[in-house]
Amino acid sequence: MKSNSLLNIALVGNPNTGKTSLFNQLTGLNQKVGNYPGITVDKKQGKCKISEHLTAEITDLPGTYSINPTTLDETIVLETLLNEKNNSFPDLVIVVAEVENLKRNLFLFSQIKDLQFPSILVINMSDQMIRKGITIDIDALKKELKSEIILISARKNLGIDALKREIENYENWNTEPIANISDKIDSVFFETIKTAFPEFSLYKSWLLITQQKNCSFLSSELHQKIAAFNPDSEKIKKYQHKETIYRYQIINEILKKTYSVDKNEATDLRSRLDKILTHKIYGYIIFFGILMLIFQSIFEWASLPMDLIDSLFANLSELAKTNLPKGTFTNLIAEGVIPGIGGIVIFIPQIAILFLFIATLEETGYMSRVVFLMDKIMRKFGMSGKSIIPLISGTACAIPAIMASRNISDWKERLITILVIPFTTCSARLPVYAILIALIIPDERIFGIFNLQGLTLMGLYLLGFAAAISSAILLHNVLKIKTQSLFVIEMPNYKLPSFKNVFYEVVEKTKAFIFGAGKIILALSIILWFLASNGSEKFKNAAEYVTTQESANYLNDDVLNKKIASYKLEHSYIGVMGKVIEPVIKPMGYDWKIGIALISSFAAREVFIGALATIYNVGSDGEDVGTIKERMAAEVDPVTGEKRFNFATGMSLLLFYAFAMQCIGTLAIVKRETKSWKWPILQLTGMGALAYIVSVITYTILS
Amino acid sequence: MGDTIASLLIGEKGIIQDFCLDAIPLNLLEMGCLPGKEVRLLQIAPLKDPLYIKVNGSHLAIRIETAKQINITKLR
Repeated sequence: MKSNSLLNIALVGNPNTGKTSLFNQLTGLNQKVGNYPGITVDKKQGKCKISEHLTAEITDLPGTYSINPTTLDETIVLETLLNEKNNSFPDLVIVVAEVENLKRNLFLFSQIKDLQFPSILVINMSDQMIRKGITIDIDALKKELKSEIILISARKNLGIDALKREIENYENWNTEPIANISDKIDSVFFETIKTAFPEFSLYKSWLLITQQKNCSFLSSELHQKIAAFNPDSEKIKKYQHKETIYRYQIINEILKKTYSVDKNEATDLRSRLDKILTHKIYGYIIFFGILMLIFQSIFEWASLPMDLIDSLFANLSELAKTNLPKGTFTNLIAEGVIPGIGGIVIFIPQIAILFLFIATLEETGYMSRVVFLMDKIMRKFGMSGKSIIPLISGTACAIPAIMASRNISDWKERLITILVIPFTTCSARLPVYAILIALIIPDERIFGIFNLQGLTLMGLYLLGFAAAISSAILLHNVLKIKTQSLFVIEMPNYKLPSFKNVFYEVVEKTKAFIFGAGKIILALSIILWFLASNGSEKFKNAAEYVTTQESANYLNDDVLNKKIASYKLEHSYIGVMGKVIEPVIKPMGYDWKIGIALISSFAAREVFIGALATIYNVGSDGEDVGTIKERMAAEVDPVTGEKRFNFATGMSLLLFYAFAMQCIGTLAIVKRETKSWKWPILQLTGMGALAYIVSVITYTILS
Repeated sequence: MGDTIASLLIGEKGIIQDFCLDAIPLNLLEMGCLPGKEVRLLQIAPLKDPLYIKVNGSHLAIRIETAKQINITKLR
């Protein structure tokens, strides 16, 4: 028995079997999300104490119907189970099945079994057997499958202890294969495979041969040996087909003896709900109603905590400034670090609320109905029904959204989805929108009900979606990629969402955002602070320059200090950078200070507000700290004396942010997901050019 | 003759006869859509595509071009 080292357990199963519920039960909050080397798919792992002396590291593999992958997510399952050099290569495999779809679940189980892992079948939702009229002869099934079986109800925490006790004994489990593929398909052909790879199970060799393109982990030596077995693709297809039929034959035989459903007991709740939720009128009304509810909640529920966070960090800055000894370090804390952290924390309410909805809808089984409803429409734009979830997630953050596009199996549909996601209004744009709208749009109601500011915000959201759709149509017609549709989705049974699963999902997504995007934001805030508070010789001797240049004697101290401060900013490193790009951004109506914020927000949009805050903060004499909005409203054009953020400039900025691709994180993820610099560069330049042109036109018309 | 899943009306059933292997994704077979199995059309999406079927115990949605490739005999 492995007593000192960790036991590696892989959790495998069809989607919608409650695999994640079981994972949450086994590991609790003891989870971490890592990355698979080389790819960005989240790897969910958690520690679980099996017994006194045995601890296991459990890897929750993406849900799949078969080891043969059709999507990127499913490729992970193949790789984890075939590459014995990966860190998560399992000592044993738990296959999660569910009472109602046992037949299809056993298909996957038979494949795992044939790889000759010590494996256990866990049948979930056993508490619903009576209600659904299902009876299973477990003892007979154990004998037929030559495997251990545990009945559990992950949600009710039933059977988990029995599972742990069984795992302790894993070294004695039977590892004989279930299906003898060799005899049933082509015994001569499979004999040669057997002789060529005596070190592997026959099924593993067969998978390595048929899935060569998905096995990037192979050593070159092994790769050559496998490539030598290169039957034509016709033959592979035929054999895979035969294998599938054969597996179902075995499973049907087994289930005939062990499984029965009393049809009278089965309820028709599913079909009644389906009739309404996929109805040609009500279906769309309900879907758009839910969308409205989500967006409404993001604004309504999130605005209070966001305001609190905003003023909390403003106060913290002030507190640090007044209480810490004066000096560079204090300035770094008060003007760089605290606003930087504030810039991350402020997004948490919105991201958490959005994922609360998405996780709930996915848990209930409703999302598949949305895919079903929207597929045909989305295909007109070159996308898939499955693009809906990434596009909605894009309203929180493009990074997880692009990662969510992995379950689109058609490459062209997936590529278009990835390329247009950054047009959807992500939450990073929201603080920029919120502040600019508050500055330039009056807080009035039209017709007594619609708030003008709210309408503007909604307009910007719609604009984002319109831009996404139009560019998708454009790409659909331009991109010449021929693919075969592999679209098949399961329509799972409806169920009540589990609070626990939703909660864990929200925590996980929020954490991923904070530690992913958050790091960039914090680092940039500090760099920005440094660039704004250091500079050339003119910066260092600002006080001298100002007093000699100006007829300083006639000014009182207050005005003089302000003059010095703004002189310093102008000659800081960042001020110089802003001045350099001023001619380019002038047609859009921006000055060099906005230019600075614009440069820094190419790393991440939300930095815009933080950057302006830092700039105006450094630029002030340090006493009027106030909230960001107050400082922006007070800013005037030194030449005309007009407010800096007037209607024309504000609108031009709003539209620039609606269209421009300003997010290093997104560009990096697009590069990784498309495996090419071509697509992120296309996004950066295409969206940038569109944003620039629109902003220049807007400013010219309005001013 | 010449019926495919696409020619079923809502609520109708058929038995899968055969299909061209090149036109059908492997994952559809692996989810239970195999010759000899009963298939029933449950719903059609509002724009006539995709189709929501029950086959071999699985509830699936497939696109119409896939459905047209799967030959069936209708059950009355």
